[in-house]
Amino acid sequence: MATDLTLILPEVFMACFAMLGLILAVYTSKDGMASQLVWATSAVFLVMAIWIGTTGEGTNVAFDGMFVDDAFSRFCKVAILLSAAAILLMSEGYMADRGILRFEYPMLIVLAVVGMMMMVSAGDLMSLYMGLELQSLALYVVASLRRDSVKSTEAGLKYFVLGALSSGLLLYGASLVYGYSGTTLFSGIIQTAKSGDMSLGLLFGLVFLAAGFAFKVSAVPFHMWTPDVYEGSPTPITAFFATAPKLAAMALFARVMHDAFGSAVRDWQQIIAFLSVLSMFLGAVAAIGQTNIKRLMAFSSIAHMGYALMGLAAGTVLGVQAMLVYMAIYVTMNVGTFAFILMMQRDGQPVTDIASLNLYARREPGRALAMLVLLFSLAGVPPMLGFFGKLYVLRAAYDAGLIWLAVAGVIASVIGAFYYLRIVFFMYFGDETDEVMTGSKSPILSGFLMASATIMVVGIVNMFGIEGAAAFAATALVN
Amino acid sequence: MDEMLREYAPILMFLAVAIGLGLVLILAAVVLAVRNPDPEKVSAYECGFNAFDDARMKFDVRFYLVSILFIIFDLEIAFLFPWAVAFKDISMVGFWSMMVFLAVLTIGFAYEWKKGALEWQ
Repeated sequence: MATDLTLILPEVFMACFAMLGLILAVYTSKDGMASQLVWATSAVFLVMAIWIGTTGEGTNVAFDGMFVDDAFSRFCKVAILLSAAAILLMSEGYMADRGILRFEYPMLIVLAVVGMMMMVSAGDLMSLYMGLELQSLALYVVASLRRDSVKSTEAGLKYFVLGALSSGLLLYGASLVYGYSGTTLFSGIIQTAKSGDMSLGLLFGLVFLAAGFAFKVSAVPFHMWTPDVYEGSPTPITAFFATAPKLAAMALFARVMHDAFGSAVRDWQQIIAFLSVLSMFLGAVAAIGQTNIKRLMAFSSIAHMGYALMGLAAGTVLGVQAMLVYMAIYVTMNVGTFAFILMMQRDGQPVTDIASLNLYARREPGRALAMLVLLFSLAGVPPMLGFFGKLYVLRAAYDAGLIWLAVAGVIASVIGAFYYLRIVFFMYFGDETDEVMTGSKSPILSGFLMASATIMVVGIVNMFGIEGAAAFAATALVN
Repeated sequence: MDEMLREYAPILMFLAVAIGLGLVLILAAVVLAVRNPDPEKVSAYECGFNAFDDARMKFDVRFYLVSILFIIFDLEIAFLFPWAVAFKDISMVGFWSMMVFLAVLTIGFAYEWKKGALEWQ
């Protein structure tokens, strides 16, 4: 028991931090200390990321296999914590200006992050569901943080109803898997789930589980909630949705497919390849008509999930490594892009209209250049880091014999480049309009934008050593 | 496989009967019922009065808060019963797990109380 508890010490510590912060704030100055709580939470996230990143060795299990601590979970946890800390720091000024900075906000983010850490460490269907729900329930609330806005409450409600539906699908799948394999432990399920002669019930369970995860990563055809939720939520929350939860859900997807169904790769490979190719094409085509940059980013994230799923579809060590590298690059790009979107405002009011970017480069050449780098990277234009992420997943798919999928990915990426480059066109060669925006002067947001853009260029040298860590994590998961 | 599927035959028959009976009853109303509507018949009936206002009323959100609180503590009791019945057989881990669970619930309740969610002016 004592060793079990030492393994989950980071999670226990963060859960206690959330409860303490909640009680402390509600019994003292309430929203008056929201800013300090945001800073303290970011500091805790950073400390935890360093703690998890530097300690911990090998593969350990706690609570009879329900909780797994291995290189894969540690890689994902560090990425989740760092991105959550970045988004919290970016959101503080924006939310304080709009009067929606409540002390519950950082605490809900802590709880969501604890849920995500639980998800990536799950070794059992029950701990998986517990982590997933802890994450989702906290996120439903933050989606409707702006209570007096119809759009924000609609986003929260829509997210809740569709999230509950996906949880239902997932639970149904879990019950089928339990019924046909006789255990909820991943290490037990893998004994019965053998490729080729998997029983029909187990196969159905696998399909329902995959559908539930596809909802959470917003892969087509389970993506319909994404644009509305992204558009309706306050922008910092949208930024959060697009980063840490996506990474956690993708990691959970990989964990279940490899840990519980690792001996039946052929059976789930086709499901994931199907999700991947649909997501890539829908994300690329549907984003073309968007005029709202938050909706556009929603479709962009759907397309990016398609590429990450392509790595997963390979079903190899290289595939998981490619998926992790891709997700890490995707999260970094999105932090920078959302820092830019958070700065978009006119007379102190936030704007999300793409047309307001017309000739932005003449007014703010530095920021426009940084955004140009990020958009090129999102599109996957060669010299940027985003290209190498795509190259990785394409190579993994090619090596696994999914040549048609790799070709489809290249075609979708060419289509998708259009709408990213259109924003660049507006910024540099757009029309003169009156409805121009005046960027906010927040040094934190500029800092994150510039840092993210710099990483996209400098990172091509050695990717900051993330390849090695991802390879190590992937080997720990696939064996 | 066949053996196992046969075990589910009763539930399949039950489903068939339930759906069939439901359809028959609905269709019988369509086919057999006498339909002769007039304004008095189709208007909303409210204890003999004319309807006061729209059926879709706004409820105070506090009703929901109270009902959510009720569900949470109801579930807590549902967890406590088996725990208490098996109290002799569970280890100290089982005891402290429940204590932690109760502490977490109490923190949530204290937060809600202090936040003013239970005040009805």
